[in-house]
Amino acid sequence: MIATDNLTKQFGTVKAVEDLSLEIPEGEVFGFLGPNGAGKTTTVRLLTCLIAPTSGTARVNGLSVGKDDTDIRRSVGVLTETPGMYDNLSAERNLSIYANLYEVKDVKGQVEKYLRLLGLWERRTDPAGAFSKGMKQKLAIARALLHEPRTVFLDEPTSALDPEAAHLVREFILEIKKQGRTIFLCTHNLDEADRLCDRIGVFKTHMLVVDSPARLRSQVFGRKVVFHLQHVEEALVHGIQSINFIKDARQIDNKILVTLDDPETHNPELVRYLVNQGAEIQFVGELRHSLEDVYLQLMKNS
Amino acid sequence: MNKIKTIIRKEWSEVFRNRLVLFTVAFLPLIMTAIPLGILFSMRGETGLETVSSEMPEQFNAMCPADLNGGECFQVYLVSQFMLMFMILPLAIPATIAAYSIVGEKVTHSLEPLLATPITTIELLVGKSLAAVIPAIVATWTGFAIYAIGAWILIANKSVYAALLDSRWLIAIILVGPLLALLAVTFSLMVSARVNDPRTAEQISSLMIIPLMLVFIGQLAGLFFINRQLILLAAFFLIIVDGIMVYLSTRVFQREVILTRWK
Repeated sequence: MIATDNLTKQFGTVKAVEDLSLEIPEGEVFGFLGPNGAGKTTTVRLLTCLIAPTSGTARVNGLSVGKDDTDIRRSVGVLTETPGMYDNLSAERNLSIYANLYEVKDVKGQVEKYLRLLGLWERRTDPAGAFSKGMKQKLAIARALLHEPRTVFLDEPTSALDPEAAHLVREFILEIKKQGRTIFLCTHNLDEADRLCDRIGVFKTHMLVVDSPARLRSQVFGRKVVFHLQHVEEALVHGIQSINFIKDARQIDNKILVTLDDPETHNPELVRYLVNQGAEIQFVGELRHSLEDVYLQLMKNS
Repeated sequence: MNKIKTIIRKEWSEVFRNRLVLFTVAFLPLIMTAIPLGILFSMRGETGLETVSSEMPEQFNAMCPADLNGGECFQVYLVSQFMLMFMILPLAIPATIAAYSIVGEKVTHSLEPLLATPITTIELLVGKSLAAVIPAIVATWTGFAIYAIGAWILIANKSVYAALLDSRWLIAIILVGPLLALLAVTFSLMVSARVNDPRTAEQISSLMIIPLMLVFIGQLAGLFFINRQLILLAAFFLIIVDGIMVYLSTRVFQREVILTRWK
C-alpha cells in the first residue's frame, strides 16, 4: 500500500513534485503516466527513500518515508530506468549480490527461482554484459523481485524491448499482480498501461487525474456509440438530438455518432427509436478512444 | 557486516577484471620492490666506495650507524631514497580501484539499484573504501616483506640490514601507508562526485602522488632527510587530514547527493 499527502520535492527553485496526494491500495497495479521531466522518476525515488521529500508525508507498506527508510527499502523492489547490471559478472553472481544485500535467506534458491521464471537459467553463467537489452531488463526485473517485496516499482519496464520480450515482461507483471503485490508502474506505453493497470494517474509535476482507464475515457471524451446504417437521413439525426438523454449526435457518412452517458441503459431505447423511424441498422458499437487520446487531451488541457 | 563483505567481494570481482587495475595492484609493487633490491644487488661486493661519505648530506652522515664504513653508509643512503617509493603504492592502488569502482558504477548506472537496497550509506561507503584500501595495504606490506627478505639475502653485513630496515621505515609502512591509502580513497570519492570517466577520475586522483614526489626530490637534493620524527609528524598530520576527508566524503557519499548531484 502506498499513501502520500501533499508530497513535495523541490530542487533549488524548481518543484519536481508538487503536493502529490495519492492512495494506492494493496494489490493494485497503478500506472503513473506523464511526459519526460514530469517528475515520475523523482516520485519513485521519494517513495523508495532514495531522496528525501521537501515537505509532505508518504507511507509505503505501512512504513513512514523519512523515518523507516531502511525498512521501506527492504520491503520494496525497484526496477530503475536503466538495468544497471554488473556487466563483467555472471547473471547468477549479479543476483546473488543483491540477494545478499536484501538479506534473502535462501540466496541460491531464490536466484534459481527467478532465473528460471524469466527464462535465463540456461544463460546463468554468462556475463550480464553479453546479454541483449531484453535479457538485461529481465535480469533487472528478477533483481527487483528476489526478496519477494510487497510493493514493486517498475520504471519503464518494457522500454527498448522488442515486442516479444515486452510481451513476456507484461505477462510477468500480470503474474506478480496475481500474487497480490502492489505495482507502481511508470510507463510511456499507454497501451501497456491500459492493459495492465487498475488505475492510472496522469502526472505533470502535480497529479492531473487518477482513475481507471475506462472511467478516464468517459470523463475526458464522454461515451460514444456508433450506428452504421444503410442510409442516413438528416432528419433522423435531428430526431436523435432531440431525445433527452442524448448529449450529442453527428452524422459521418452513413454513420451516426451519438454521445450519451449511459449506453448500457439507453442503447435499447435508441435502437427501438431508429427502427421505428425506418432506419436499417447494420452495426452498433461503442467508439473506444485510446488511452493515448485521453492522455494527449489531458496534457493539452494542462 | 555481511553487507559490507558482499560489497567488498563484489568490488573485487568487478574491478580486478580490469587490466589497468590488475596492473596497478600487481606490477606496481613488483617494480617498487625491484628497484631497491636491484640497487642492493648491483652494489654487492662493490669496493672503492669508502670515501663517498663526504658526498652525502650531513644529516644522513650524522644518522649513519658508527659501525658502518663509508661504502656501507652510501648503500644505506641510496636504498633509503627509494624506500619512499613504497609510499606510492598506498596512494596509487586505492585511487585506481576507487576510480573504477565508484565512477565505473556511475557510468553503468548500477549505483541506483545498489542504493535502493536496504544497505546503509555507511555500510556502502565502508565496503567500497575497504575494497580499495585492503589491496593497497596488502600490496604495500607484501612488497615490503619481499624487499626485507631479499635484502636479508643480498646484504652480508647485518648491521647494514638493520640500518636499512630501521624503525622509521617500519612506522612508515605500517602506519603511514594505511593512512595514505585512506586519504587516497576519500580523495577519489570527492573526485568521483565531479567526473564521469574512470580514467579522468584516476588521473585526477593520482595528483596526490605529487606531494610525495616533491618529498622524494627534496630528499634526493639534500634539502632535508626523512627521519623518525618527520615520519611521526607526517602520520599525525595524516590522521587529522584523514579525519577531515572522511567527514567530507560521508557528506558527498549520500544517496540524494549521488543521485541528484553526481553528474
